[in-house]
Amino acid sequence: MFAAASVALLVTVALALARAIAGPTVFDRAQAANTIGTAAMLILAVYGFLTGRPEFLDLAIVYGLLNVVGTIAVLKFFRYGDLGDPGDAKEDGAPR
Amino acid sequence: MSLFVDGLSWALLLGGSAFCMIGALGLVRMPDFYTRMHAASVTDTLGAGLMLLGLMLQAGLTLVTVKLLVIAALLFFTSPSATHALAQAARARGLEPELAPPGEGAPSKN
Repeated sequence: MFAAASVALLVTVALALARAIAGPTVFDRAQAANTIGTAAMLILAVYGFLTGRPEFLDLAIVYGLLNVVGTIAVLKFFRYGDLGDPGDAKEDGAPR
Repeated sequence: MSLFVDGLSWALLLGGSAFCMIGALGLVRMPDFYTRMHAASVTDTLGAGLMLLGLMLQAGLTLVTVKLLVIAALLFFTSPSATHALAQAARARGLEPELAPPGEGAPSKN
């Protein structure tokens, strides 16, 4: 059963990879990378159960943290063209 | 482990797998960026949620379940914020959603 779930997640990664290669805009690629990151977290969790070593869950947690930081950093770069930019506070409506 | 909990866990794992694949299929098949983002959120919420729930039933009341809950909470908070940042970045860079031509019952641009 864990093997079936792993295969389904690998299919998910393959389809997201197809979108990442084909994606017309950079945002499609960022979205595909985000989906691949989520699927990788789940693959790590399921693989830990498949091999009877739940220590893999720690790796999944670390991967999730890296995934969200990476996604936000890439998006900020492609929105402002600069990682150090404070952003346009008026447009966001958020106090900075 | 009782047969009932085992079967429930398998059903949840299979359901999560199905939703993950449906979300990825939508990511490939949808026509424009914003609809693709909608499809990808299926993988992040329902697919991941059902799978983690199934794994929790397999683990029982142990530290493993706590770790799975941490992963679920992480996904619960980070995935919507990442999607929000993605949509906002795309809008700020001037990516327009694909709309039906005006006069066909669709809301007009802005």
